[in-house]
Amino acid sequence: MKKRRLVMRTIILLVLCAAVVYTLYANFTKDNHQSVAVGSKAPDFVLTDLEGHKHRLSDYRGQGVFLNFWGTWCPPCKQEMPYINNQYHQFRDKGVQVLAVDIQESPLAVNEFASRYHLDFPIMIDTNKEVMTAYGIDPLPATFLIDKNGKVIKYYTGQLSENLVREFMEKIKP
Amino acid sequence: MNDVKCECGHVNPHGTVLCEACGKILDEQADKNQLLDMRYEGSARRSQTYNKTIIDKIWNFFSSVKVGVWLIIITLIASALGTIFPQKMYIDQPPEVYYQQEYGTLGKIYYQLGFDDLYSSWWYLLLIAMIGISLVICSLDRVIPLYKALKAQKVTRHEGFLKRQRLFGVNSDAADKDLTLVKEQLQRKRYHIREENGNLLAEKGRFSRWGPYINHIGLIIFLIGTMMRFIPGMYVNENLWVREGETALVPETGEKFYIHNNKFILQTYDKNKDKTFAQALSKAGEVAKNYQSNVVLYEQSGKSLPGEKPKLKKVMDYKIRVNHPLSFDGYSIYQASFRSELSAMTFSLMNKQTNQTYGDVKIDLYNPKETYDLGKGYSVKILNYFPDFEFAKNGEPSTKSRDPNNPAFIFRMYTPDKPKGETSFVAIRQTIEPFGNNTYKMAFRGIDTKNVSGFVVRKDSSMWVIILGGIIFMIGVVQGSYWQHRRIWIQRKSGQVWIAGHTNKNWYGFKREIETVLAGTKLTMPEDQLQAGKNKEEG
Repeated sequence: MKKRRLVMRTIILLVLCAAVVYTLYANFTKDNHQSVAVGSKAPDFVLTDLEGHKHRLSDYRGQGVFLNFWGTWCPPCKQEMPYINNQYHQFRDKGVQVLAVDIQESPLAVNEFASRYHLDFPIMIDTNKEVMTAYGIDPLPATFLIDKNGKVIKYYTGQLSENLVREFMEKIKP
Repeated sequence: MNDVKCECGHVNPHGTVLCEACGKILDEQADKNQLLDMRYEGSARRSQTYNKTIIDKIWNFFSSVKVGVWLIIITLIASALGTIFPQKMYIDQPPEVYYQQEYGTLGKIYYQLGFDDLYSSWWYLLLIAMIGISLVICSLDRVIPLYKALKAQKVTRHEGFLKRQRLFGVNSDAADKDLTLVKEQLQRKRYHIREENGNLLAEKGRFSRWGPYINHIGLIIFLIGTMMRFIPGMYVNENLWVREGETALVPETGEKFYIHNNKFILQTYDKNKDKTFAQALSKAGEVAKNYQSNVVLYEQSGKSLPGEKPKLKKVMDYKIRVNHPLSFDGYSIYQASFRSELSAMTFSLMNKQTNQTYGDVKIDLYNPKETYDLGKGYSVKILNYFPDFEFAKNGEPSTKSRDPNNPAFIFRMYTPDKPKGETSFVAIRQTIEPFGNNTYKMAFRGIDTKNVSGFVVRKDSSMWVIILGGIIFMIGVVQGSYWQHRRIWIQRKSGQVWIAGHTNKNWYGFKREIETVLAGTKLTMPEDQLQAGKNKEEG
């Protein structure tokens, strides 16, 4: 009888406790809008670059992908783009691909930017913010490192230094 | 910790004050001369009797009403604190700057203590959770013994129990016909009557004793409902801006629904048409009558990758107005806001001296073309486009954002007499000719604007749980407030007829009811011992 009561009480307290812990946990992760977690598979997408070539993320399986979200209007993007370009030259033969996704700008502005900074990697425009939504990005620039198996191994927001770009590319080199 | 066997033969759990069956006082400490405390029927509240393991200790903590009341008081104080300054979500500046700037040192302390986001803070949620736990345990700890005690009660009660009821009276004797009449009149008042050896127990409205517990169940369901909002996909509250003529993905629908904005309409009251309001309108000026977006809802058929053109199937046309949301699949899209955006600018290529023009260039600000051919050897090329122009710190022209709030262009104008072209920087009310005097200019002709509808996408799957909780809450309140648990004992003790009465509230009404029940008999109205005691003290 008394044993049963203890068991009942323990069960009730455990259930209540679980509910509380879950609520607290959910409350603190709800602001975390980024829907792609490190270690999970990077959502696939198809975008057309400025030259008209289609790029599908899953076609780069076997290579590391340096996925950068940017805008011509964002000052840190202007800073880091040349670094990414330099390192792209170093790493493109070692199996690292750079995909730069501009968020909803006009092709004219993006083209002008690309030619001003002599950017050689494929640049595509996410016209309807669909890829941005799929990756749950808020501030720009944002960089995802995707390994040869299509898994996200790092997510980074904020300006990159050239050393950081190199380090990142080293990480995803197959 | 043994169970207690009463002299009437009933076995009571340890800690019982009044025997569940006959009402004999089992707790020796109870004051012999006072009226009985009938709350919870003198049943054993488990929490107070078992206190061995850590589980019991936690249980006992939450079982205390005192603790519950304190939790509520602390939560009330905390909630009040959150209203002193605006919460983080209602300010449009970084909180670390805002609070100090607006409210000085006090504001800074407010922010440092984390009160800027008080209602989502861990300790506030924990307080609410503890109230929930307290509710569950307090209720369980009281309702179960109470239920058992009320179920076990016998008709024949112990003398001490009867004597120490608030309503108690003794009649030297009573005729059988009087008792029969009382019984009839009790039945007419819808009392349940149980008899045993010439003793009688009349009872009604016992279910009102469950009111508070039903009420608590409602509260707990309500809390579960609010908790459900934290489960991903249960609760959606997102802003969505869609330009006229554009199709946008409805957020949080799993890339399933798209909305196309055909047109945004803003209607205002017209002084001449709406005569009734003419006077008010001449005072107030422009007053909005209707905010409306004509939209088409699409559903994606088949799966497409982000970035791919989705295959869309039309679901319906709808006119979203304020308070008339577009509802589908658990989602509601509300008309919440609008803004007007520049969508196109028109310029004429003009000879500065002769003012002769050589054709117009209309530039789509979302997607400008690179070259505009005006024929006859005249053409204009856009070298650079700044949708939201500003001079950067280093003096270079740049853009603040991707939105065309303040468009600026660097044009190169090719004309038959200047085949190499002339460069001109054109912003709103500003023209710079970086390479000396030009022969031609881009003369501003006009702008086109486009409306952008601001929607709020909402989904609340927890709503029905919250409503259910609210309904059960109210049922409990009604059940506990509009009915009373009334009991009348009429018993033969040592040749006399004793009458005792108990109700959990509304003693006045109960006494009047007893009067009508005893009417026409020789039985005397039992005395209100509480009132008598008071009178004695005062007298």
